[in-house]
Amino acid sequence: MSAAGRLKERFARLAAEGRGGLVAFVTAGDPDRATSLAIVRGLAASGADVIELGMPFSDPMADGPAIQASSSRALAAGATMAATFAIVREFRAGDSSTPVVLMGYANPLYAFGLDAFVAEARDAGVDGLIVVDLPPEEADALVHAARTAGVEVIFLIAPTTGEDRMARVLENAGGFVYCVSITGITGTKKARTDEVAQAVARVRRHTGLPVAVGFGITTPAQAAAVAGVADAAVVGSAIVERIAAHLDAQGRARDDLVPAVLGFVGELAAAVRAPAPPPAGTAAVRKRSALR
Amino acid sequence: MEKPNTYRAGPDEKGHFGQFGGRYVAETLMPLVLELERAYAEASADPAFAREKDHYLTHYAGRPSPLYPAERLTRHLGGPKIFFKREDLNHTGAHKINNCIGQALLARRMGKRRIIAETGAGQHGVATATVCALFDIPCTIYMGAIDIERQAPNVIRMKMLGAEVRPVREGSATLKDAMNEALRDWVANVDTTFYLIGSVAGPHPYPAMVRDFQMCIGLEVRDQMLAAESRLPDVLVACVGGGSNAIGLFHPFLDDACVRMVGVEAAGRGLDTPEHAATLSRGRPGVLHGSRSYLLHDADGQILEAHSVSAGLDYPGVGPEHSWLRDAGRVEYVAVTDDEALEAFHLCTRLEGIIPALETAHALAETRKLAAALAPGDLVVVSLSGRGDKDLDNVSRLTAAAEDA
Ligand SMILES: Cc1ncc(COP(=O)(O)O)c(C=O)c1O
Repeated sequence: MSAAGRLKERFARLAAEGRGGLVAFVTAGDPDRATSLAIVRGLAASGADVIELGMPFSDPMADGPAIQASSSRALAAGATMAATFAIVREFRAGDSSTPVVLMGYANPLYAFGLDAFVAEARDAGVDGLIVVDLPPEEADALVHAARTAGVEVIFLIAPTTGEDRMARVLENAGGFVYCVSITGITGTKKARTDEVAQAVARVRRHTGLPVAVGFGITTPAQAAAVAGVADAAVVGSAIVERIAAHLDAQGRARDDLVPAVLGFVGELAAAVRAPAPPPAGTAAVRKRSALR
Repeated sequence: MEKPNTYRAGPDEKGHFGQFGGRYVAETLMPLVLELERAYAEASADPAFAREKDHYLTHYAGRPSPLYPAERLTRHLGGPKIFFKREDLNHTGAHKINNCIGQALLARRMGKRRIIAETGAGQHGVATATVCALFDIPCTIYMGAIDIERQAPNVIRMKMLGAEVRPVREGSATLKDAMNEALRDWVANVDTTFYLIGSVAGPHPYPAMVRDFQMCIGLEVRDQMLAAESRLPDVLVACVGGGSNAIGLFHPFLDDACVRMVGVEAAGRGLDTPEHAATLSRGRPGVLHGSRSYLLHDADGQILEAHSVSAGLDYPGVGPEHSWLRDAGRVEYVAVTDDEALEAFHLCTRLEGIIPALETAHALAETRKLAAALAPGDLVVVSLSGRGDKDLDNVSRLTAAAEDA
């Protein structure tokens, strides 16, 4: 299936099921390559609807302590861009339908070469790219390369993004819109459901793309609430914290790491599937989205 | 690269100097960066802002700083006539205050209630804490844990001035990591906070704005040299960390083809070791902290730890305009080692009775090397970017260690 196809199919299915999805984030290679592959393979089986795979970076400026530590662990264990692609390729060999989105920072992409990067990504089975420090003003080269390769570029909308910038940000947006629910770095503040609902409604006034909400979602209950008003809830820091909590004194994966991480993802997945009563005034929004 | 009509026109409206510069920041920050650009453009066009800034530069910082003919160093080197542009005599002891006055006034004009900054040597942190005391603005300074140790006097100074100093233990625990933390703070406190960047790095408009605030250095040198020698200088020398004192000195002379310019980076333990901070000599273009520029990073794009004896030069990046000037061939960039800088530190101290900052000592070390190939009567201006009080402990220790070895 083509890259554009997998994301589109998945969000269409979620709409048909009348629920928001779960986007599960882990860093590729955390805490080591074999364990990471086992986690990634298990994510889909545990009910993640979309896999967001972090490309480790030495200086993750938009991330909080949990994802910083996750990135450091991966790099210390020898993670490289080639290894990230290998994980996607091996995952894709056993799963042709779950979308995989790579998330990271601009420098490793440029170091790889944009054209080579998007070609490798597509061949490995990547569906979308999120490059945190590449706002639309600097993204033309990536958008062009990705379009040629048939990979979607996913853009972020933040609480600070004014109405005057919406069109600019969405101009080249593909896949889904990543709606940042808080002003802050990942895993620090808690998103409030009423504010999330407003933020999602605001994005929907400007685009027909699915809207995923991320950055402040840590519990199954929160994921359920967000999935009730958005097309998907992204959970990252809370998952990688489970990885951190199941390392031995030398920082190696304990035997109970993979089951613990996947168990938590299973709870999140069950939560977004349980019909939660949507907050007043948002039911109509949900239905409209489901019709698209 | 084709030779441009002028080297002074950059950046373009998107903040690019050729392929360098730009605004590589998260979307959360993008509207703030755009707001800052607008506010700075308005302030630049307002004569009242210039008057206010000049008032503080003159009566608070002590500008203009002298252009001092360094007589004994000139005799010692036996060639060109050496001048020191005495930024070390500014209030707080370095060029950093020039930029801090400008940005703090801008923060006040924008109604920001809190200032944050990163610092390496602590000079920018001290200058920021100083203007924040003066303008009564709460401030938080991010500083790498290693730098806190090697620049202890400046940490005490910042705290006395009322700043909160937050140690950064992540990564290499130096300037790069302090800047990461400052950016994270900014993202989390967008409504209230002004990020006062200390060099010509970061996303547009910082590289251009900080350069403009530091340009007083070169503009004064131009007038002072014409008054003293009735002609322009032949060579300008400045150390380059992010590159703010260097660009401040160089920029007004960029279109004077007769003026040669040399930027001096830190070669640390040597350019052929992994322990240096010579971004322009040994780096490749990349993206860090909001702009595209030369950068020390591995084949996979992971940022490498820089090394220098001088905390203010210990940074794996460099301001984007320097990258452009390097590729344009307009400015020469070289690097001197820790040992060469330490030697020059002592030489300047003994010959001139001026204790330079270790950062500055890099420019002095290169001046020594250049002098051999210059003619008597050639005029050389060295940016004496800061004084060395902050480095005394560190230098005593390093010198004792060298004597023991
Ligand atoms: C005295 C002095 N000179 C130079 C520098 C390097 O900065 P820049 O290259 O921006 O002038 C510093 C930085 O801390 C400094 O304190």
